[in-house]
Amino acid sequence: MNPTTMPDTVLQKIEFASGEPAQANAGTTAASLIEVENLNLHYGSAQALKNISLTMKEKVVTAFIGPSGCGKSTLLRCLNRMNDLIDGVRIEGAMRIGGHDIYARDVDVIELRKRVGMVFQKSNPFPKSIYDNVAYGLRLQGIKSGSELDAAVAQSLRSAALWDEVKDRLHTSALGLSGGQQQRLCIARAIAVKPEIILMDEPASALDPIATSRIEDLILELKKDFTIVIVTHNMQQAARISDDTAFFYLGELVEFASTKKIFTNPAHKRTEDYVTGRFG
Amino acid sequence: MEHHFDHELKALKDRLLTMASHAETAVNRAVDALVNRNLELALQVRVDDEILDQFEIEIDEMAINLLAKAPLASDLRLVTMAMKLSQNLERVGDEAAKIAKRARDLAQEPPLKLNLEIPRMSALALGLLKTALDAFVNRDPAAARALIPQDKTVNAMHKQIQQQLIGHMKESPDHIARCLNLLVAVKSLERIADHAKNIAEEVVFLCEAADIRHAEKG
Repeated sequence: MNPTTMPDTVLQKIEFASGEPAQANAGTTAASLIEVENLNLHYGSAQALKNISLTMKEKVVTAFIGPSGCGKSTLLRCLNRMNDLIDGVRIEGAMRIGGHDIYARDVDVIELRKRVGMVFQKSNPFPKSIYDNVAYGLRLQGIKSGSELDAAVAQSLRSAALWDEVKDRLHTSALGLSGGQQQRLCIARAIAVKPEIILMDEPASALDPIATSRIEDLILELKKDFTIVIVTHNMQQAARISDDTAFFYLGELVEFASTKKIFTNPAHKRTEDYVTGRFG
Repeated sequence: MEHHFDHELKALKDRLLTMASHAETAVNRAVDALVNRNLELALQVRVDDEILDQFEIEIDEMAINLLAKAPLASDLRLVTMAMKLSQNLERVGDEAAKIAKRARDLAQEPPLKLNLEIPRMSALALGLLKTALDAFVNRDPAAARALIPQDKTVNAMHKQIQQQLIGHMKESPDHIARCLNLLVAVKSLERIADHAKNIAEEVVFLCEAADIRHAEKG
């Protein structure tokens, strides 16, 4: 619009951005969903996470950043108890989702993983058809109706922004898809069972810039319906897609704040050194 | 699928356009107040200036947040240009406020019987600002380039009016206060034309990635 033709009513409605709301932890104002309290994790005698406490919000994207070995993926895997699969792991402290302790004795880990889906660095479609990949979790849940499965598969593929590319070859092998498409298929498979939370461990690190951009746009779409926690080594990616960012170093949480703050004015020197590439 | 970064860039552009609209309005009012001795308009310009100050802060904040996301190529040029454009527009607001302040003082006194080309200079400076902003809106580097030499016409008019006023002050010391007010106002008009030229140069950079600043000095 030519500025000279802009109606006064539009100009009168201008609202200026106010300062950030003060938050004890991160900057977003959504409701809390995931609470981590004084969490310590040991692999045998080595301590990988040291007294971690943070609260992640519902339907926001939280990014975990930090150098290799800092504990960010370990913490991510605690959120759906993937670390239970590793021998010698000992976890202390509390981790609650929706107020419920996910490490309580009566927790059904299979149920937990339905609520907390995961997408990995390397896409890992099953050697099955595109359709069967997405339908896999639904079938495990006992859904047998063809029409119900068809609808859920289509919906999941649409949500993962893959439908238009695969709708005519749903019954061909998923292994014939490109790397970026396979990763979106894995996202479709994760969201088919309607989790509350999706964990992503460097989901775009093996992809080219175009496929990466599509994954990033997809994450921003998915946060309307899901809470997303993502581990990334790409700081600009964290800046583009996340609302809150946690910086880890040597198993400690150094800083957790709004992504805007972490990337424009971090409170800690170690965070500043890391995000500016002056680490070490 | 939506490309979210495009939405953020669009929000930045929309904010710049709104700011540009305010800057143009402020200059229009200031010039009208000066040429037509309109006290009411002169008072409104102060509010315009405050709004422009807020826009500058807000646009800079948006741009810094966008820079953290590593924009590239034309996106990078747009974000860096936005910061310069907002600064130029904020200064246009400052100049408009100065003109309005002098117009307010002048309106309290009888007009000087001098044949000064202030209305023409005002129209020219305002025209340059409007052309520069239209070039930004339309991404029209040719229009931006065509505007740049016209700044010299405004500079020449400024010099001529300045000399007329200095001559008049020597002849009529009673009129010095009014002449000084006019001197400040025409200097501000000249600065507005400079900002229009700066904006035009930024439009060329945005569209062609060519830095044409200071070309004539090289």
